[in-house]
Amino acid sequence: MEIIPVEIIMDDFLLRALIGGIGVAIVSGPLGCLVVWQRMSYFGAALSHAALLGVALGLFFEINLTLSILVVSIVISGLLLLMERYNQLASDTTLGILAHGTLATGVIILGLMPTLQIDLMSYLFGDILTIGWADLFWIYVGGILIASILRLIWRPLLSLIVQRELALVDGVHEIRIRMAFLFLLSISIAVSMQVVGILLIVSLLIIPAATARRFSASPEQMVLLAILVGTISVASGLWMSITLDTPAGPSMVFASAIIFGLSFFKGKRT
Amino acid sequence: MNVDNSMETSGSKSNIDPPLLSLHGISVKKESDFLIENIALAVQQGEILTIVGPNGAGKSTLVKVALGLIKPETGHVQSIQNLRIGYVPQNVDIDETFPITVERFLRLGHKYSLQQLLITLKKVNADALLDSPLQAISGGELRRVLLARALLKKPQLLILDEPTAGVDVAGQAEIFTLIKSIRDQQNCGVLLISHDLHIVMAGTDRVVCLNRHLCCSGTPEHVQQHPEFIALFGQSHANKFAIYAHHHDHTHDLHGRILHDHELHAHSPHAHPSHEHHSHTDQPHQSQTNKSHPNGNHPSRNHHG
Repeated sequence: MEIIPVEIIMDDFLLRALIGGIGVAIVSGPLGCLVVWQRMSYFGAALSHAALLGVALGLFFEINLTLSILVVSIVISGLLLLMERYNQLASDTTLGILAHGTLATGVIILGLMPTLQIDLMSYLFGDILTIGWADLFWIYVGGILIASILRLIWRPLLSLIVQRELALVDGVHEIRIRMAFLFLLSISIAVSMQVVGILLIVSLLIIPAATARRFSASPEQMVLLAILVGTISVASGLWMSITLDTPAGPSMVFASAIIFGLSFFKGKRT
Repeated sequence: MNVDNSMETSGSKSNIDPPLLSLHGISVKKESDFLIENIALAVQQGEILTIVGPNGAGKSTLVKVALGLIKPETGHVQSIQNLRIGYVPQNVDIDETFPITVERFLRLGHKYSLQQLLITLKKVNADALLDSPLQAISGGELRRVLLARALLKKPQLLILDEPTAGVDVAGQAEIFTLIKSIRDQQNCGVLLISHDLHIVMAGTDRVVCLNRHLCCSGTPEHVQQHPEFIALFGQSHANKFAIYAHHHDHTHDLHGRILHDHELHAHSPHAHPSHEHHSHTDQPHQSQTNKSHPNGNHPSRNHHG
């Protein structure tokens, strides 16, 4: 471990990492809460594992990785939605098969491309320190898109979460709302991939949300708190990575898990 | 949704007003089994219609068809135009992970003013719950909050699926009194499901007994004498209603039940004195109700004709 001069800490790559990480925390806040409320963390995990297939296909066809992950996520979530409709529920087994089937396929496709020197670890656990301005652009475009669509579907979506049949009787269009939600989840997975990696995307979704639950009396409060916890996790994980030379993505998840653990020392408010 | 919003054109019937909602020849299948088969019923403005039946009789399925939540295999649902339905579902299990207060819950359906919320909550005697987390209130309180949510829509038709599920006996009577007073005040139609027979029978205008097919229908006094009803719920239940219809104090209900368990096999329902009074209430319109019965196998029986 070498000593890092102050100039480097203020350097571009660190600044970009921080801006990117905070962007992902902001995106993950509301979507993480929605995943937790709908008990969909396993669904989220399956979807993010499938992102490696997106990476592989993106490299294979030489297109933008964020875009290819997004496309694969949308296709897979559409498939899961169909399976849920015709097969009672997408069970944890089905999700598990899909998650690891797509992950394995992704690894194989990457392995079959001999000309490419691929660092698989950077996809699995993130590579935030190499994040570029273009990546930041995508994260924030994704964030703005998510925020504006969420504004539109927020109330009907919450209504569906609380009591589906009441929502339907009130005229909520379930399929449309759920498709919109899965689209947003796909965006968040696509933009988070580089920051924490495929295997840890779900942690950054659910750990801040789970931490926020104990201190929230309303859904919006929980979202804001989740964003705050996510931001602190990202910043402290990054700091840990720089000072202790630990991998950045796992350090962020580690930090959020520590915060979650610490939150138990505070009494339940709601 | 499969609710057909056209007005019913029923010139031949004696009713001047078209029913708020009517079901025609409704069948729902699960795989090859019928959950409900060839059901017809209609709810008029200002009446309380109760669906009774054993577990698995398809009561909730029927209500979900009426609400447009389930698409029936055959048959169709008709309603008056822009019918406002207030629905109280049976199964409300709010996830612990979702932070929500009663106030916010009531506002999820629509943007209501705080005053509207308080007035409505007061009607159901739940105005103290406004700021409570939805998961922290009792079963009876939750039922009242759900009722308030339905009432906020100023419904023409209230549909209640087991409105007393998980409520103690005193609370059940309170909820039925509340439903009746809402009907009296707002003159809305009420369609409710219950397997909790005795309290319901006292307050309902018409009863439909369902066991996948429509067993019988009519006034409570009529239905409880029907052989199919007695076959489903037993003689003791049939007698219990008669008693309960007269004595609105539940201690009498308990007394009656003990009495009739003794007499279960010894006497016909007519042997009990309280039935003689009821027999006169077997009104002519019941046979009309039963004529429109889709299942010819279950003709109504006039016990006194």
